[in-house]
Amino acid sequence: MRLNGSELVMEILMEHGVDTVFGYPGGAALNIYDALYKYSDRINHVMTAHEQGASHAADGYARATGKTGVVIATSGPGATNLTTGIATAFMDSIPMVAITANVADNLIGRDAFQEVAISNITIPVTKHTYLIRNINNLESALRNAFRIANSGRKGPVLVDITKDVTAATINYKPGKPLPVNPAPSFTEEQVQQVADMINVSERPVIYCGGGVASCDAAEELNELMAKADCPAAYTLMAAGCVGYDNPRSLGMGGMHGTIAANKAMDRADLLIALGARFSDRVALNPEKFGKRAQKIHVDIDASEINKNVIVDCGVTADVKEFLTALLPKIKEKDRSEWVSLAMGWKAKTGDVKSSAADLHPSEIISMVGDMTDKDTVYVTDVGQHQMWTAQYLKHEKTRHFITSGGLGTMGFGYGAAIGASFGLPDCRIIHFTGDGSFHMNLNEACTAVSQKLPIITIIMNNQVLGMVYQWQDVFYNGRHSSTDPGRATNFPALAEAFGAKGYSANTPDEFADAFAKALKETDRPVWIDCHIAKDEFVLPMIPAGGTVEDMIIG
Amino acid sequence: MENNERTGVFSMLVTNEAGVAARLTSLYARRGYNIDSFTASPTNDPKLTRITLVLTGDDRKFNQIFTQTAKQEFVHSISLMEEHDLYRELLLLKIKASKKERSEIKEIVDIYRGRIVDLSNKSLIVEVTGESEKIDGFMNMMENYQIIDVCRTGITGLRRGDRGLGEE
Repeated sequence: MRLNGSELVMEILMEHGVDTVFGYPGGAALNIYDALYKYSDRINHVMTAHEQGASHAADGYARATGKTGVVIATSGPGATNLTTGIATAFMDSIPMVAITANVADNLIGRDAFQEVAISNITIPVTKHTYLIRNINNLESALRNAFRIANSGRKGPVLVDITKDVTAATINYKPGKPLPVNPAPSFTEEQVQQVADMINVSERPVIYCGGGVASCDAAEELNELMAKADCPAAYTLMAAGCVGYDNPRSLGMGGMHGTIAANKAMDRADLLIALGARFSDRVALNPEKFGKRAQKIHVDIDASEINKNVIVDCGVTADVKEFLTALLPKIKEKDRSEWVSLAMGWKAKTGDVKSSAADLHPSEIISMVGDMTDKDTVYVTDVGQHQMWTAQYLKHEKTRHFITSGGLGTMGFGYGAAIGASFGLPDCRIIHFTGDGSFHMNLNEACTAVSQKLPIITIIMNNQVLGMVYQWQDVFYNGRHSSTDPGRATNFPALAEAFGAKGYSANTPDEFADAFAKALKETDRPVWIDCHIAKDEFVLPMIPAGGTVEDMIIG
Repeated sequence: MENNERTGVFSMLVTNEAGVAARLTSLYARRGYNIDSFTASPTNDPKLTRITLVLTGDDRKFNQIFTQTAKQEFVHSISLMEEHDLYRELLLLKIKASKKERSEIKEIVDIYRGRIVDLSNKSLIVEVTGESEKIDGFMNMMENYQIIDVCRTGITGLRRGDRGLGEE
């Protein structure tokens, strides 16, 4: 069948099961958008307010579904606006294919209108990039983009296509997606070695990260915890891997993690890192992290082994495949003394209400948790509210807590919530944000309105950039430089101006009332502006580079 | 060089396409690895380019460089070369040389098995091939003369034995 380059893009997308894409049109992308018009009965294109929002939407879609998120943008600023979203996906290993149109081939390199070398710009934040200047290379690049995005450690791939290629024609024969690269192989000896280390250990702790969610290994993880009677701490990216009610769940580890998680990792004689990367927000001090423990590290990316923390046993493998091989070799062993000691530390972590305000973040989050069902997807922006939701929500499932971990992208939330809405249309999407983060990309409200998405946005409004404000308070003697901007945004009125519904809450009762009303909305977004105190801090806290000994509790 | 740091030579086969050098140097720059030398050339397979890279580091850093490089889409195979493998470098050196000096320069060039490849009334160009240490030695000898221009290719090398890169 004879197709032009843009129609070829559509066919390849459909071959890969893509029925929803996010993006924003423009001059160089006109042909692609003409094809989207033609294929609109098969591919739903969601137009956002800004390309950054589209990139976060593709990311949120991928996080919620496990499928590849697809985003489309035009050349120049359209393409550069994607970079934050691409970098966000890269840092959290989220499969994404970004398709950009560039100026026509004869204009490449001539500083043409809206020309930018996006395939160069995005090299450091993608797994790979393509610049396609010849229609004969387009099909292979697109197929490989999906293969690369989903092989091994997942991540974003960018395909930049010159405008003439989007119009050029070629014969197309329907095909199949390329198989993903096989996961790295591991040996029987490695499995036995890990099993032996676990079996002799007295005080093991599992430290699990986003890799467990990415390869869908929560079940195997919980089986290992039960069989080995081994407690587990999780990273922000793995919230939901270990059920809230699991009697061996220590909670989140790291900078704002629980006392139990951090103390247990410090006291452990064996640390089993699964799909985690010893980032500086968890292994705050790489020399002293888990200093009493032998360390096992299982990760699909060989370059993560011994990158941040030197381990005693590193295995490059898909965590799910490895755990499946490992479980039969694990001896059931009673470690109840250790588990109850570690869980005893957990009991000591109470809700922190550091201010005398009428409405506290912990109350808001608890009410949201109580008033929503298990299928609810929680999406966050970045800052204090993100840590509070990580701490106080009762995470039960993977893919239901969507947050920018590695890059820490303020403004991620609304776009991601829109993406998650399309990925899981039967689930309620709750977007937690702060007044700082929300100001960055609240323009996407127009998208949520035009798409009739009942996303509920809960704004933890403390009038300051809370997380930085907190650091300035603790480490900079209270010099609140540029974190107390004195903004006067009337969020409920702004919501109404966008065509959404807005509420304001100053007390728990007002919040409960507004949230109950919000839950009844079926076809429009709601914002609830929650007034909280600016001296409400995220605790506990281990300062950057510190250890559990340096933990600030209250 | 810090403690335990040494020179490491990585030999790799990469896809022969535009931008590969930019991707590699971008990777090393953002990960904080200094490249001491970089050589690239086509191979018998038109789809592949051979790159030889020299970097400084310790075992841990070399392991990072190896694994970070190996996972790139355009890298087909990579090897950290060993001491006993085969290394070569080529030097072109333009020096001022009066008629009087020519013969003594030629004597030194002969000892290093080099060749004089260009000659004018006041200068000449020498070509020397060999391991880097040999080139360093020759350069030392030439410091007694007035050097006009110097160009070294940087190290290129092959593993010894029957197997090719990627078959190891």
